[in-house]
Amino acid sequence: MSDLLLKIRGLKIEGRSDETWNPIINGIDVDLKKGEVLGMIGESGAGKSTVGLAAMGYTRDGVRISEGSVEFDGVDLVKASAAVKRALLGKRIAYVAQSAAASFNPAHKLIDQHTEGPVQHGVSSRGESELDGIELYRRLRLPNPEEIGFRYPHQVSGGQLQRAMTAMAMACRPDLIIFDEPTTALDVTTQIEVLASIRDIVEQFDTAAIYITHDLAVVAQMADKIKVLLKGDEVEEADTRTMLTAPTEDYTKSLWAVRSFERPAKPAINVNATPVVSVRNVTAAYGTVDVLHDVSFDIHAGRTVAVVGESGSGKSTAARCITGLLPPRIGHIEFDGQQLPLSYKQRDKSQLRQAQMIYQMADTALNPRKSIGETIGRPVEFYMGLKGREKRKRVEELLAEIELEPTEYFNRLPSELSGGQKQRIGIARALAAEPQFIICDEVTSALDQLVAEGILRLLAKLQDELGLSYMFITHDLATVRSIADEVVVMKDGEVVEQGPKKEMFKPPHHAYTDLLLSSVPEMDPDWLTNLLQERGVDNIGDAAVDKM
Amino acid sequence: MNALVWILGGLLVILAIAWVFRFAAQKATDNKPYFRDMPLSVAFGYVFAAAALLLSIWYFFQPKAVDGVPSAGVIFFRWAVIGLLGFAAAAWVFRTVFRNVGSENSKKLFRSMPLTAAFGVMIIIIYAIVSIFAGLIAPYGQEEILGAANVVAGGDPAIGGNPEYPLGTDQIGRDILSRLIYGAQNTVGIAFVTTCLAFFLGGTLGFLAAVLGGWLDQLLSRMVDALMAIPSLIFSLLLMTIATAWAGSEAWLVTIYMIFIIAVIDSTRVFRLSRAVGQSIVVMDYIEAAKLRGEGMGYLIFREILPNALAPLLAEFGLRFCFVFLTIASLSFLGVGIQPPKADWGTMVRDLSPFINYASFAPNAAVTPLLAAGAIALLTVAVNFVVDWMLHKSSGLKE
Repeated sequence: MSDLLLKIRGLKIEGRSDETWNPIINGIDVDLKKGEVLGMIGESGAGKSTVGLAAMGYTRDGVRISEGSVEFDGVDLVKASAAVKRALLGKRIAYVAQSAAASFNPAHKLIDQHTEGPVQHGVSSRGESELDGIELYRRLRLPNPEEIGFRYPHQVSGGQLQRAMTAMAMACRPDLIIFDEPTTALDVTTQIEVLASIRDIVEQFDTAAIYITHDLAVVAQMADKIKVLLKGDEVEEADTRTMLTAPTEDYTKSLWAVRSFERPAKPAINVNATPVVSVRNVTAAYGTVDVLHDVSFDIHAGRTVAVVGESGSGKSTAARCITGLLPPRIGHIEFDGQQLPLSYKQRDKSQLRQAQMIYQMADTALNPRKSIGETIGRPVEFYMGLKGREKRKRVEELLAEIELEPTEYFNRLPSELSGGQKQRIGIARALAAEPQFIICDEVTSALDQLVAEGILRLLAKLQDELGLSYMFITHDLATVRSIADEVVVMKDGEVVEQGPKKEMFKPPHHAYTDLLLSSVPEMDPDWLTNLLQERGVDNIGDAAVDKM
Repeated sequence: MNALVWILGGLLVILAIAWVFRFAAQKATDNKPYFRDMPLSVAFGYVFAAAALLLSIWYFFQPKAVDGVPSAGVIFFRWAVIGLLGFAAAAWVFRTVFRNVGSENSKKLFRSMPLTAAFGVMIIIIYAIVSIFAGLIAPYGQEEILGAANVVAGGDPAIGGNPEYPLGTDQIGRDILSRLIYGAQNTVGIAFVTTCLAFFLGGTLGFLAAVLGGWLDQLLSRMVDALMAIPSLIFSLLLMTIATAWAGSEAWLVTIYMIFIIAVIDSTRVFRLSRAVGQSIVVMDYIEAAKLRGEGMGYLIFREILPNALAPLLAEFGLRFCFVFLTIASLSFLGVGIQPPKADWGTMVRDLSPFINYASFAPNAAVTPLLAAGAIALLTVAVNFVVDWMLHKSSGLKE
């Protein structure tokens, strides 16, 4: 037998919609040796997850493997009976899902879910696998490894859950693990820890892995070789270093180039000018707990202020204070030098019109039952009083402005649009009010890199044309680098540091800014190793390895 | 004891046949995944269903009467099977006709329609026509007392029927067919109005509670809890007794009171549903966007929330309609609903119920109370089929 662990040949997968089978994957080959890590990247809809699941001989409902073979250690999983697959899955092949929070059963303790696999497969007894679970938790550097397994999923944080899930996948010491975007939902600082622990544990046990992600910098840290997928076809495959330095295909090059978008710096602000929006000593609370402490910053005309921080740092709460959804307990908001009423209910139409918002999840930000024309037309009618043909003309102008073909999209429903297009509609709806100021709440974080870049370029263009001011909430520093003029760093409801972008990206930083900045993955495959050494966390304690 | 042995033995035989069936299928199809991965329980199900089908066919062809005594079981079974197949065939014809006749849109609609939905639509259309044109269709008046009482259904003079009254007459000689037709008008019409009223009340208040929250939500919800704590049939019975006393001799007033009483009691269920659905929609960003735009309450409820809550509300409408309908029938059955001499199906079931005792020796006479009950059941099933289909369609649109 060869040393190939997984051999996929000519894999074709079809999905059922509108009563017919449509191809999703058009013939893909994968070779994976024992202990090798394959990174699989592509936009959403490229078929990464589908291939990942097919590597386990599994397809989602309404999807089927129409052709090809998936040989795992000599067994063709496509043809194998359910009984054969049952014996392999969980024991020799394991899966780590994107959202650990949604994948753990909330009614059982972590350790109960951890031990289920080994006990079921007869690998070890309940007691043994419990001890082993604690050992794995320790190796994955979870806090309180002895105790954490006896908590319920809602009692641990997202990053910890993701590591607990990796531990669960390792429980039977599988030969192959499929990681499906395991860090996408995490903050940069948490992502580092999860990445480091996944990489270590995969190395220690010589496990082969398929690592699915849309983040190139992440895959550069994890994979030995990279496969790029586009719309169900393989674009190219090469080992990580070759791929990063010398990609051959145009599509791959365009993926690599995304990170280079950066706006030219603007001239310094006139200190005497009245800022468009000014947040003055705002303290705000949910119930009795203060979540913002004495926050102040200014946003000047035609400028983009990026507010960065991890989840829970109060970025979005600051936005809610500005819009008036959460009236501040102390302090106030000024608009063009005028103090705004604290609650949106007391503001008049023109005050509401001036500040618009674009949301992170375009899916929930657009009413699924309203056509694009209705969604964009409403603010046009509501604020501008346009009706009938004039309204339609204005909507079409707006659609043209966000680079969508007006006649084609006017009557569509949100469900008939892609993620990026939906986000553009969100932008058009904000523009329809003809505001001076727009709050962009994580507008690109749910999008693929190429699409996100398109959105950023569009926002930059609109700013130049219309002189808009943006408050740009994000946790992604690459986005900050490309679009911001000024940066406000927040942590635990306080402003840690603020200033022009140039100064912010230059040392010396505040310790927290430094941590944030250094946690952003870079395209260099050695980046993670170097970073961990710098931070003094060397690959997992050697003592733990010796014990095994 | 003997029966138990027979049942167990039969199941074991079926199990053995199921194993053989699966094994043979695996061999015959060269181990196709469908048969290869088929659990024994599924094979058992197939064989069991086949056995049940064979048994039904055998039973269907048993003689109608043995030694001059009719075997009621066989006769009722035949009616049920013929009725089922007849309705299925009618629904198929109905669908086929409308696939080829009508506007492009309606043709398209009928092309994607499952048979169950076609059946439902057909029945609802028939009921609608019958209840609207009851006065034209019915051969006699609903209150008209004719010469012959207790005429047996079927129109066969040999067993006490009369071709002039195809479904027979009741104890005081009113034509049952005519009363069934007028019953459609009374019962279905009132049920529809009541359900609409319940939805208007419950839906509006529920969405309002969801959007505003706070003390209004608490107040409305606790009131609804209190109303729901009382068993609904007993509660409406109690209120109807009071209403009957208030109405005095004005029979139409009782009906109006009934509509309001049932509407209010049923609106509590609608309130709960629309509040729950509304709450999950209110947290969406597009609602926040509309609020920040400065939109009023009416726009929020009817333009932003309602279109998104339509699917679950529609499903509830179908169910609620059936429940209201059954409540009216039961109130009438108990004597406080639609007042005689107006025909309604609930009253008819009650009045004719003694005939059910003839079931074992005179099936044609026993069928009279079942006709009204069957009319209720048919509409209930039809409405649910249509609602299921609408739900399927609307959820399919959302991917």
